[in-house]
Amino acid sequence: MNALTLSFTLNGNDVSLEISPNTLLVDLLRDKLRLTGTKVGCREGECGACTVLLDGTPVNSCILPAAKVQGKSLTTIEGLAQKNGQLTEIQEAFMHEGAAQCGFCTPGMIMNSTALLENNPQPNEQEIRQALSGTLCRCTGYRKIVQAVATAGEMKKSQG
Amino acid sequence: MALTFKDLHWAKNIQVQQYLQPGTLEEALEILANFGGRARVIAGGTDVVPQLRRRNIEVEALVDVTGIPGLDGIDQDGENIALGGLVTHAQVASSDLIRKKALLLSEGAGSVGSPQIRNIATVAGNLISGQPAADTSIPLLALDATVTIAGRDGERKVPLTEFFLDKGKTVLDCTREILIRIQFKGLIENEGGCYLRLAKRKALTLPMLVLAAVVNADLGKGIINRAAIALGPVAPVPYRAANVEGFLKGAPISDETFAAAANMGMQECTPRDSCLRGSCDYRQEMSKVFIKRGLSRAIAQIGS
Repeated sequence: MNALTLSFTLNGNDVSLEISPNTLLVDLLRDKLRLTGTKVGCREGECGACTVLLDGTPVNSCILPAAKVQGKSLTTIEGLAQKNGQLTEIQEAFMHEGAAQCGFCTPGMIMNSTALLENNPQPNEQEIRQALSGTLCRCTGYRKIVQAVATAGEMKKSQG
Repeated sequence: MALTFKDLHWAKNIQVQQYLQPGTLEEALEILANFGGRARVIAGGTDVVPQLRRRNIEVEALVDVTGIPGLDGIDQDGENIALGGLVTHAQVASSDLIRKKALLLSEGAGSVGSPQIRNIATVAGNLISGQPAADTSIPLLALDATVTIAGRDGERKVPLTEFFLDKGKTVLDCTREILIRIQFKGLIENEGGCYLRLAKRKALTLPMLVLAAVVNADLGKGIINRAAIALGPVAPVPYRAANVEGFLKGAPISDETFAAAANMGMQECTPRDSCLRGSCDYRQEMSKVFIKRGLSRAIAQIGS
């Protein structure tokens, strides 16, 4: 098997490491880089728990060959909070609204919401539901999650 | 080989020895040729990776074509529109040009999978997967699209009507060839289009029935000049209802015409009985509803 040297930016830091060509991104993140915030739900690209941002765009890391991040910028749930521990508005809003029950889908929900608010800081409910439509939650019925994203939009607005 | 749940669900990795990322089309084609059928093209990988994990396909190497320059644009030349082979569903769904000139394709592209899938899955890949109700195959078939396929011996153009061979099978050999372009004409002044999708949910679900229609009509005279109607899954491949189209040529715009077309179309449709996605009877009935609705909505769209 021909090993690949992979260089990319991970949560703002340059990373360079050897991987085998059969590695999927989610396993590289969880097993090798020990970033276990990204969850494995279905391994089919259906549930969205494994969502990460590739150059700012949400993708399912469970069906993405790790080689595809070559030269790109990757953001995982661990990369959102600031180094001093300060959370983003979305993370704060998820806590404030109680938008998690078991929490398994939460990283995927937050990554998708982050990309949404980046492009559309004041989304309406339909836009929020559309943006979250690729992430399944089996506990909450989505109401509080949608509310949290709307609240985060408001928080961003009031903080300018 | 039967796979256990454990094999299927918890197995990590994909079964490949090499992952190659060529920087040019020529290089990619040469690599494929050197592997002699044991390598396969991957773009977004949203179909290929799950298939590899389920061991539905087995290859020695994956040739990732996403680094090839010049294939990721949507171009317009007069009425002709060309999608590069690496154009994603998200790009098509959000393109102002496609929304204006081929809304039916934009809506189809926006219905595939989920936002995360659409962000990376290519429209070319949706065609190559050869599924009978693929959400972009059906509208592209109604738009009379042509695809350009690059191989070691040069390029060939294939009309989409001749592209699909069977479920999961097309004229393209993805171990040796690369789909580099999808071309079609945008809708003109006296044309309207429509895309209809019947599915259990609004996201993350395969369709039970898809219809795309393009109608060219003379509203002043109340006559349909010509109509293109594509349907899926009513046959092993994305299907053009040729008899219905023949009947509609020169027919008056009326509820009677739509009803007659719907009855004709229904008789041509032979969807499978599916526990998940509806019985043959149900989907035949719905194809009738879709043909009627598709024609009237396409005509209503003319001039808008």
